[in-house]
Amino acid sequence: MSLGPSKEPAIELVGIDKKFGAVHANKNINLTVAKGSIHGIIGENGAGKSTLMSILYGFYHADEGEIRIFGKPVAIRDSQAAIAAGIGMVHQHFMLVENFTVLENVMLGAESGQLLAKGVASARKELKRLEDDYGLEVDPDAVIEELPVGRQQRVEILKALYRGAEILILDEPTGVLTPAEADHLFKVLRVLRDQGKTIILITHKLREIMAITDTVSVMRRGEMVATRKTAETTVEELAELMVGRRVLLRVEKGEAKPGSVLLSVRNLTVKDSRGVTMVDDVSFDVRAGEIVGIAGVAGNGQSELLEAIAGIRKPTSGEIFIDGQPAANVDPARLRDLGLAHIPEDRHHMGLVLKFEEYENSILGYHRNEQYGKGALLDLEAIRKDAEEKIAKYDIRPPNPRLKTANFSGGNQQKIVVAREIERDPKMLIIGQPTRGVDIGAIEFIHRRIIEMRDAGKAILLVSVELDEVRSLSDRILVMFAGKIVGEKEADAGEQTLGLMMAGIAA
Amino acid sequence: MSTASVPLPAWISYGVIPLINLMLAFFFSGLVIWSIGENPFEALKFLVQGALGRGDAIGFTLFYATSFIFTGLSVAVAFHAGLFNIGSEGQAYIGGLGAALVALALDRYVPWYVTMPFAIAGAAIFGAAWAFIPAWLQAKRGSHIVITTIMFNFIAAALMVYLLVNVFIVPGKMAPETRTFLPGGQLPKLDWLMALFGLRLGPAPFNVSFVIALVMCFLVWVLIWRTKLGYEMRTLGVSPTAAVYAGVPYVRTVIVAMLISGALAGMMALNVVMGASARLQVEFVAGAGFVGIAVSLMGRSHPVGILFAALLFGILYQGGADLSFEMPNITRDMIVVIQGLVILFAGALEYMLRPAMVRLYQQFAGK
Amino acid sequence: MEFFDILVSILGSAVRLSIPLLFTALAGLFSERAGIFDIGLEGKMLASAFASACVAYMTGNAWLGLLAGIAVSIAFSLIHGFASITNRGNQIVSGVALNFVAAGLTIVLGQAWFGQGGRTPQVPGEGRFAPIILPGVDAMREVPFIGPLYANVISGNNILTYIAFLMVPLSWWVLYRTRFGLRLRAVGENPGAVDTAGISVPWMRYRAVILAGFLCGFAGTYLAVAQSAAFINNMSAGKGYIALAALIFAKWRPVPVMFACLLFGFLDAVANFMQGKVVPGIGEVPVQIFQALPYVLTCILLAGFIGVARPPKAGGVPYTKER
Repeated sequence: MSLGPSKEPAIELVGIDKKFGAVHANKNINLTVAKGSIHGIIGENGAGKSTLMSILYGFYHADEGEIRIFGKPVAIRDSQAAIAAGIGMVHQHFMLVENFTVLENVMLGAESGQLLAKGVASARKELKRLEDDYGLEVDPDAVIEELPVGRQQRVEILKALYRGAEILILDEPTGVLTPAEADHLFKVLRVLRDQGKTIILITHKLREIMAITDTVSVMRRGEMVATRKTAETTVEELAELMVGRRVLLRVEKGEAKPGSVLLSVRNLTVKDSRGVTMVDDVSFDVRAGEIVGIAGVAGNGQSELLEAIAGIRKPTSGEIFIDGQPAANVDPARLRDLGLAHIPEDRHHMGLVLKFEEYENSILGYHRNEQYGKGALLDLEAIRKDAEEKIAKYDIRPPNPRLKTANFSGGNQQKIVVAREIERDPKMLIIGQPTRGVDIGAIEFIHRRIIEMRDAGKAILLVSVELDEVRSLSDRILVMFAGKIVGEKEADAGEQTLGLMMAGIAA
Repeated sequence: MSTASVPLPAWISYGVIPLINLMLAFFFSGLVIWSIGENPFEALKFLVQGALGRGDAIGFTLFYATSFIFTGLSVAVAFHAGLFNIGSEGQAYIGGLGAALVALALDRYVPWYVTMPFAIAGAAIFGAAWAFIPAWLQAKRGSHIVITTIMFNFIAAALMVYLLVNVFIVPGKMAPETRTFLPGGQLPKLDWLMALFGLRLGPAPFNVSFVIALVMCFLVWVLIWRTKLGYEMRTLGVSPTAAVYAGVPYVRTVIVAMLISGALAGMMALNVVMGASARLQVEFVAGAGFVGIAVSLMGRSHPVGILFAALLFGILYQGGADLSFEMPNITRDMIVVIQGLVILFAGALEYMLRPAMVRLYQQFAGK
Repeated sequence: MEFFDILVSILGSAVRLSIPLLFTALAGLFSERAGIFDIGLEGKMLASAFASACVAYMTGNAWLGLLAGIAVSIAFSLIHGFASITNRGNQIVSGVALNFVAAGLTIVLGQAWFGQGGRTPQVPGEGRFAPIILPGVDAMREVPFIGPLYANVISGNNILTYIAFLMVPLSWWVLYRTRFGLRLRAVGENPGAVDTAGISVPWMRYRAVILAGFLCGFAGTYLAVAQSAAFINNMSAGKGYIALAALIFAKWRPVPVMFACLLFGFLDAVANFMQGKVVPGIGEVPVQIFQALPYVLTCILLAGFIGVARPPKAGGVPYTKER
């Protein structure tokens, strides 16, 4: 039986501050976590959770502030220092050597001696003990790449425990797990806590926080905005703290006049490279003249859904129709011919070639069009003229088509992509994170353009992790959770209702 | 914060840093010469005189440069598509086979200017064919193109020796080479061009291939910066993910880029086989394919840069030969050292100076 | 019985020809398993051949020659490491550059020092690694099959040959049975895992390339002061690339590396033997077939037609800590 968390603090962070260039990732963070407790840190993407934990694990150095572990101030210069201080970390992307056995991975960096033989024997014994103590059963001789993801994660936990970690940080541990695997993980975490380990759980899933933590802190835009006892708070309160009372960017828009179905998705299933199902049997329609928004916490399959529709990712099964034409497993160039435009989530790696000059990016994906040159040649004059027109119309600054794209600000880069995709006058537009890392002025501008597209009778599918954005732009909202569409709501659905659906709690 | 993400103005990135890298390469080359007891400046004087001092010297310099333009362009085209073609050497070797076959077939019947277009096509097609298999293996089966092109260099060498020893050898002769082409299978020298500048070409084999090389420089420039294919190649080379987004077909682009690269390497054979020796000989490429790597790196994969880099290496090759007469202590192989140092500093160590430059720049720009 | 004699002689020469391949391929094994591609094996072999010949000639001591060969080879490795680990440069470009530097520098210095067109003078007898006659050769000579094999293939090699074959189990042991080997393999697969385990990625990789330099030093020394008695221009003659092919053919594993090197050495020996000979019923078999075969086989393997050659996952990619 657990005696409940003791009062002695395991971790104290005092005034941690970290800037990356202009981005203030952590603002004067103070946090105390009691020994033998599970503490949740919750917040939206980019709230600064991962940065804070990377500082704690020695990957980054705080510009200011102090870290105290079990009451003693420590300087965590690198991962080795973190390990020595008794901190173990389970990374979101596992730090495992895939063609090594479990045993080899556990031993790596903690081999006890120059020769492996002695270490192997003791590691084997230690693994057995950990298995007995915590129920962390795993075959020490299994090769990592042959294990299911849940087992691989268990190896990460074992790695930390093997190194004598008293404090365990888990970064979005359930993102890659099935619900059953996640439940098992929680069981393990409870056992660990009851044996006196301190656990920090980073997540953006409210359900997990309520299910497993003793205390919870909420981060928002680099700040630690609140800390609560989990038993004394509610999902509603946490959701509100997480999202904050933001100035809602209301967009003026009239009633939608939906026409015929332009995009139709039927039973679409998409798996990622590891074979994990990211989109699970999804079906929906988007009509001409409406904006359908997909709300959801990042990592619930929205990105994969968009990429499958855009022809970038091959669906495992299911069908896609664009204006009645089959469009699953069709290459992006042909999809553009069918009238599909795509503003991708990641403008740095997909939407733009940062090393190209602006005008070169203004034709990316449409470079084969006759308008930009007859036959095999490119008509640079026509392209530059076209680029200049877009620059003027979209107020892209600086107004120089010969400038390298990397030298534009985030908002102007996004405008380059938006201008290119919208000015093609497509039949339908799919948009991922239209305003991520974009300044307020550009956000309004981009939002207005999207509404104009709708009013011009285009079908628009919008994915954003900014719930506000989805709510203010969409005519209908689909909520995605764990690869499935868990419900559809009207645009005026309440933030809390949607938030709960996004957390997989209510439908 | 790391200095890797700090932008530097183009004149530093493409001007100052490459220039310093080149100076470093020459500095260390000078060090080698000094260490064997010779005066580096004296050596430089002999080298420049030997390369540019007389009409025939200039002719030889331009002859070497012609070969390096072809191979430099070959490496550059593949590089723009994100492919490292180390196989220009073997592709040029096989290209020689194509050129020689055309010359042997036509030289009895038609004048050189009729043979030439067929010879260009023959050299290009054979060179391209030799690049095709590594290209296909990379595009379809993911086999590392660096390794396969290296392997194909050696396979080409074995194949060519076999053909020359067993098939093309003139009966009764010892040397493994084809018969000498008649004038209908030879590319004429450009002595008239030299005469325009009041220079005498003498025995130097500076020939029409140089004009073909210049045309290829222009065509490659058009290909890379003025065609849709070139745009797709550059997109693939700079950002493979953006290429997927833009619908650039991976397999086709990789294969086409390598075919063009192989064709350009193959054309190098025109210069030596039809323009100089008038026969196909064992190992006529003599490392020009590898010089192409240095030329392309130094010329920043731009045809104009390649032209100048090829001229520089032409000077090194010709001047180096002369230098070894004047200073017997320094053998021609000094060029190979310089070449290696240029590749080292302009290629492998290209980022070495960046952090220092960023700091300097920030100080002066007052940021 | 004539056929058997031929076979014994070919096998003997196959072993001798495979030794430089073996050292070099094992060198490549350590470097590439740590994630550093090494096209520069050829250059290191050549440079160490030159250095060992020079020192062996001047001192008359083969072991000092070996030491010099190793030192120079490691120096080349350190340049490769400086370019590709410290400066995160392109590993292929760096290797190509070092091959040129070695090819040129050996001749330039050789000519300047000895004036024989790049060759070094003949190394005197005591400066070379002489063949060792193993005990019992005479006693065994009369035993059919085993006797001649023992006398001509197993015995009569120099000490470096035996070291080469010892290096195979030793490399295996280091890679799979020591902490160093575990970390080295890990750093070539997932440097992030090594970094988060609190181990320095650059230092691990530097140690791997130094080890590669060490082994290449043996290969070059073998060429110059064991197999021959002087350094000759470009005496590595592409062996570094064949070793690279053998390494890939063996899928980056030490014991198969030995067999691949023996196979490629055997092909080389057969090519030498077949020169100008007529096979009954077939005619003259072109030696070039045997010369090209290692490369052709490696390409077929790379194409995935005989099993899958999976290179170390992080190979060729400079490690950047910041994400």
